[in-house]
Amino acid sequence: MSSETKQILTTDGIPLEISLKKAERKNKIKAFLLVAPLLLFLIITYIFPIGEMFTRSIDDKMITNMLPKTFKSMETWDGKELPSEEVFASFLSDFKILVEKKEHGKLAQRLNKEKNGFTSVVKKLFRQVKRNKIDETQNIKEQIMKVHKRWRDVEYWQAIKRTAPPYTSAKYLKAMDMYLNEDNKIVQVSEDRRIHRILWLRTLEVAFFVTIFCFLMGYPIAHLLATLPMKYSNLLMICVLLPFWTSLLVRTASWMILLQQQGVVNDFFVIIGLVADDNRPEMMYNKVGTYVAMTQILLPFMVLPLYSVMKTISPSLMRAGKSLGGTPFVAFWKVYFPLTIPGIGAGCLLVFILAIGYYITPALVGGASGTLISNQIAYHMKSTLDWSFASAMGLMLLGGVLVIYWLYNKLVGVDNIKLG
Amino acid sequence: MSKNTEFVKFDKVDKSYDGKVLVVKDLNLNISEGEFITMLGPSGSGKTTCLMMLAGFETPTNGEIYLDSNPISNIPPHKRGIGMVFQNYALFPHMTVFENLAFPLRVRKIEKDEIEKKVDKALSMVSLSGFESRMPAQLSGGQQQRVAVARALVFDPAVVLMDEPLGALDKNLRESMQYEIKHIHENIGVTVVYVTHDQGEALTMSNRIAVFNDGKVQQLSSPDKLYEEPVNSFVAEFIGENNTFGGEVVDISKDVCKVKLNKGEILANPVSVESKGDKTTVSIRPERALINPKNKMDNNQIGKIEEVIYHGDHTRVRLDLLGNKEFILKVPNSSNELDLKLGNEIKIGWNSQDARALDPK
Repeated sequence: MSSETKQILTTDGIPLEISLKKAERKNKIKAFLLVAPLLLFLIITYIFPIGEMFTRSIDDKMITNMLPKTFKSMETWDGKELPSEEVFASFLSDFKILVEKKEHGKLAQRLNKEKNGFTSVVKKLFRQVKRNKIDETQNIKEQIMKVHKRWRDVEYWQAIKRTAPPYTSAKYLKAMDMYLNEDNKIVQVSEDRRIHRILWLRTLEVAFFVTIFCFLMGYPIAHLLATLPMKYSNLLMICVLLPFWTSLLVRTASWMILLQQQGVVNDFFVIIGLVADDNRPEMMYNKVGTYVAMTQILLPFMVLPLYSVMKTISPSLMRAGKSLGGTPFVAFWKVYFPLTIPGIGAGCLLVFILAIGYYITPALVGGASGTLISNQIAYHMKSTLDWSFASAMGLMLLGGVLVIYWLYNKLVGVDNIKLG
Repeated sequence: MSKNTEFVKFDKVDKSYDGKVLVVKDLNLNISEGEFITMLGPSGSGKTTCLMMLAGFETPTNGEIYLDSNPISNIPPHKRGIGMVFQNYALFPHMTVFENLAFPLRVRKIEKDEIEKKVDKALSMVSLSGFESRMPAQLSGGQQQRVAVARALVFDPAVVLMDEPLGALDKNLRESMQYEIKHIHENIGVTVVYVTHDQGEALTMSNRIAVFNDGKVQQLSSPDKLYEEPVNSFVAEFIGENNTFGGEVVDISKDVCKVKLNKGEILANPVSVESKGDKTTVSIRPERALINPKNKMDNNQIGKIEEVIYHGDHTRVRLDLLGNKEFILKVPNSSNELDLKLGNEIKIGWNSQDARALDPK
């Protein structure tokens, strides 16, 4: 029995394990070098931008760097009454530097976001400083408080203190239609300004129904593809893939031609007498348009994983089910369907994740009631240039997808996914 | 109680897939109750098509199939009550062995206790008790095969169809499974229709064998008759080994005829030749031709040894005999006194009865 515990040596006396590792090291290095370009590419184009997005979305360093002395002296201030002379003095010295660098405007803008009314207050102080009206040998607190009555209001000093930390969750709260009020409590914005939450819900709803529609339409097609003889299935496959090879923009535009009020579909409805000519239904610039166009565009992503799974299911299984006494429905439901679940999982996950971040189609055919959260992100990227807000929403979308993936893993198991 | 000799009946069945070629031509076949019948033939001979028509997955283009005197062409497969073992077993991969076996019982709405009893019985029949909770992928090929057999039998079908069920197994396992299936058939007396292209399998297991070729049954008879008395040269060629001489009948009487070959003449048994001048192929089984025969034989010839191949239990000797360079002899290795050397000339003899004059190739 002692031979079992004894270390096994190779013929030249080196322990076998070490020899084995040595022999395999070369292969490991080779394997790593093969994936290295892709790894590097992913780090540069994926990991790094996401990290950058994250820091941008919570970044609030600008003002921290503008008022370093003020925040330092504010550390000991309890925030209940007006701060001490020392705070006023350091604020003035910070402010003078800003005036020299002509950055006082940015400060006013940032503070105004925290509390309305800061713009005029800062402007007034700027004029006094510019004219050297403030004598630093005298009591600075008294002089500043004379510049504007709001400098005597403790709420404004509290607002300044709130901006001290270099990080903020304001963008994330804003995306949920909430903000941090004066008492440091999270509250909802007034009802008429709540727009983001509707968009989030609508995005989820559209993604969910598009997934359902894709599944309902894709399943029979995939089944047909997998069971038809080769020459027909190839043709059908081309039909499924043809939209894939057409530009997304072209496809969306063609849906616009079809769905508009004077469009082909409406014309057809009028001709067969389904609707009156003066009462044409609106099928575009609303959710209907988004549903129709997105379902068509995302259909291949459902069909392909389903097809690849169905292709591996032997037709003799259905036959066995029938010959054992199951009606065609029972044979399908008990034998065929359970075997396609990996494909259903993969297809649904793929379609849902693509749909949740869909942009071009809802932007073009969605109209006001059919736009999704991604359109809002694009709007902030391009129009308001509030990139940190866009980043925050983008990351929330990513987080949402990860949560769905996690849920899916809990319910179905990711091992069951089969893409081909 | 006498057994129904027309339990399964193919009546003038034709089948074509494309409207141009008949895969099965005018098939008439009666299978009696409790019989083990094998459909044997090369691939593309129509045997599997026949099985699929019986199972209900293909419809006959013409003619009718009767099961216990009822026409079944319009009955869907799930109502026929025919068990089937598929070529690749077709076990449901997402169900345990128990669930696989319970499937045909559950769809028949049999009670739970009854199902458990029947599954137990079926599993013990194929000696797989204790494997209930395994998944098919956790079983070896042979075990999967047994589960498939048990599943086809568990609901007590009147007929069980087997479509090359042993094709994927290795040689040893295949042989032991042959005996096992044969014993199961003997024990429960179910009617079995078995499809294979392996003649060894067919000969070991069947009561009767239907040899298919070109969409037709060439011969339907018991294994021994099929081997000893093939009715045409296809069957002679397909079943077992076979030495052939092509020639022309020059003289014929009731049970012997003289056939003229390229070199020489031989006496043969006229099976499918009728008159002088008929072309014929004479077929002789290798074991029917003897070396240095002690008894008197009708045909005595001299052959030259071209090749000697050692096969373990016997030695195969290839001879050049009467112009046929592929004449094979099987010599049991127990008789060592023979001097089998390349180039030696040896005496060969056989009875005219064992040389069957069949249709020309």
